Amino acid sequence: MNINTTKIISLLFFIFSAFYLYTAYQIQVFAFDENAPFNARTFPIYLGYAGLFFSGLKLILPDPNTIKVDHKNLEYKKTGILILIAIIYGATILKIGYFLTTSFFLFASYYFLGERRWILMFLLSFPFVAAFMYLLHGILDIYLRDPFLQSIGVMG
Amino acid sequence: MIEGILIGLTTALTFQNILMVMVGCFFGTIIGMLPGLGPMTAIALMIPITYGFDPATGLILMAGVYYGAVFGGSTSSILLNAPGVPGTVATSFDGYPMAQQGKAGKALAIAAWSSFAGGTLSAIYLLFMAPSLSKVSLSFRSPDYFALMILGLTAIAAFSSKGQFLKAMMMVVLGLMLASVGQDSLSDITRFTFDNMNLTDGISFVLVVMATFAMSEALTIILKRNDPTSAAKQVSLTELGSIKINKEERTKMYKTIPRSSVIGFLIGVLPGAGATIASFLAYGMERNVVSDEEKEKFGKGSVNGLSAPETANNAACSGSFVPMLTLGIPGSGTTAVMLGALLGFGVQPGPRLYMTNPEIFWSIIMSMYIGMVILLILNLPLIPYIARILAVPKNYLIPLILFFSVTGIYVMSFNNFDIYLMIGIAVLATFLRLYDFPMPPLILAFVLGGLMEENLRRSLLLSNGSWEFLWDRTLTTCILATTILIVVWHIYKTFKKKI
Repeated sequence: MNINTTKIISLLFFIFSAFYLYTAYQIQVFAFDENAPFNARTFPIYLGYAGLFFSGLKLILPDPNTIKVDHKNLEYKKTGILILIAIIYGATILKIGYFLTTSFFLFASYYFLGERRWILMFLLSFPFVAAFMYLLHGILDIYLRDPFLQSIGVMG
Repeated sequence: MIEGILIGLTTALTFQNILMVMVGCFFGTIIGMLPGLGPMTAIALMIPITYGFDPATGLILMAGVYYGAVFGGSTSSILLNAPGVPGTVATSFDGYPMAQQGKAGKALAIAAWSSFAGGTLSAIYLLFMAPSLSKVSLSFRSPDYFALMILGLTAIAAFSSKGQFLKAMMMVVLGLMLASVGQDSLSDITRFTFDNMNLTDGISFVLVVMATFAMSEALTIILKRNDPTSAAKQVSLTELGSIKINKEERTKMYKTIPRSSVIGFLIGVLPGAGATIASFLAYGMERNVVSDEEKEKFGKGSVNGLSAPETANNAACSGSFVPMLTLGIPGSGTTAVMLGALLGFGVQPGPRLYMTNPEIFWSIIMSMYIGMVILLILNLPLIPYIARILAVPKNYLIPLILFFSVTGIYVMSFNNFDIYLMIGIAVLATFLRLYDFPMPPLILAFVLGGLMEENLRRSLLLSNGSWEFLWDRTLTTCILATTILIVVWHIYKTFKKKI
């Protein structure tokens, strides 16, 4: 059996399915439901076994279409930065509010992807987010929570 | 039915709904032209906008995006030999050679007319078939539904990625596992929440779609250093030539369109099959039925070879609405996204939809006609201009896709846990995509997870815990036998390759 990344993913999925199955058996059901033909743990238990079955087969059977990924050609740095910006966005949006956080998120993303046309970057972040907010909040009546804009009286 | 058509027309022909079809077709064409960004991403990005609409309008918008994306995919297939969506790969076989001969405009016109005719004919089939099927499906019982869902999931796994059946089945199981997180629908017992209050209501469908398609697609483009807009930049520079179709070409199309539309529609109705298989089958069939002289032209710019897959892929789009509207079971990843959105609106698709919400049922069908007309008269002449819009640099496109993804989640819950969860799922999906693990089976399984558990629960309770319900009814047995055949065949094929 050749060890390749697909096999490693299958092994991880096998372990995950085993953990899922163990957790499924731990689901607390009502006493009167314990011996019922179907309770809250029945379906997850079947799913756990299905996960073990398919990932087990993938591990055992040959892999005729082996996928080879050239990691040298992958852009890990920029992808990682974008993920980090998204995490920072999640961490700050409740405190700072939708408008400022989203605008900075867009501006920073443009910058880290290599854009340097400052005016265009600004236009496609702050005014763009404001216009989108107007579309959602003003026209489509979708509520948007923004403590910052509420504090300066722009939003009700 | 006449009454239904009138209800549908009244709803679909309101100013707002016509505008939504136009916006949907236009936006879908843009996304569809970008290789890698298919209809599912386009529809996922539209979900936040639909929150502000009623269900009929929201679904009309998404349906417009769907046709538009397929049409946009054909454009990049013909002009650049770079299919925007898998369903338009067969279009490039004859469309691209035609464009190279300086007849790009003509190829686009043939594709547009064929799409229009295929879509319109299949909408007529849908018009007659959907109500009858709805009546038939009223006789379906829980075991039949359970078996049908297993068949749908197995079929999408079998067709979604060539030679990757087991990977697709692992994605199906993962989708079902994700759907099992949260409160059990009957007993309210929490499962797999690990005492996290944010998971009590389960994982949001929109979150999973945005993470596995929109956000993961954007991350994959950056990771692989792809530039989907580079193709679009070339389109605007291409000389299109005349878009007029002569009498001889029209005669050829008159014969091709009806048979390809039937194939496309029937394949679209089958769970999991969809536009890609429909277009390849129609192309293959057309090559077999034409004269030997015409057969020689296939692959070198044949009118029949271009018209057949284009008719079939659009007919399959309409066909894929049949299982969703009549059974409440989506036949493809794209209609799974739409089903999820409908459930979000509080509408339960299924056999009773056309009785309980006739305006939704009929307006979707009627909006298909309007969508086809709009694609023909609006998008065809606008293709060079749409292509110019597409020349937006990747550095702007990717952050904007991420922006729509996070906004879609934020306006839904105002909760940063959901943003973190979406990032986590998107990173996992991006990694899995690198190794060819398909995402549509995961989405379909996630949407069907709750319904599947409910139908299994009912079946087991009615049969006192016995699995006899699987062979009590002929219909259930037939559906399950088909499923077993698919599974055994694919595992056998994998095993045989080793020997």
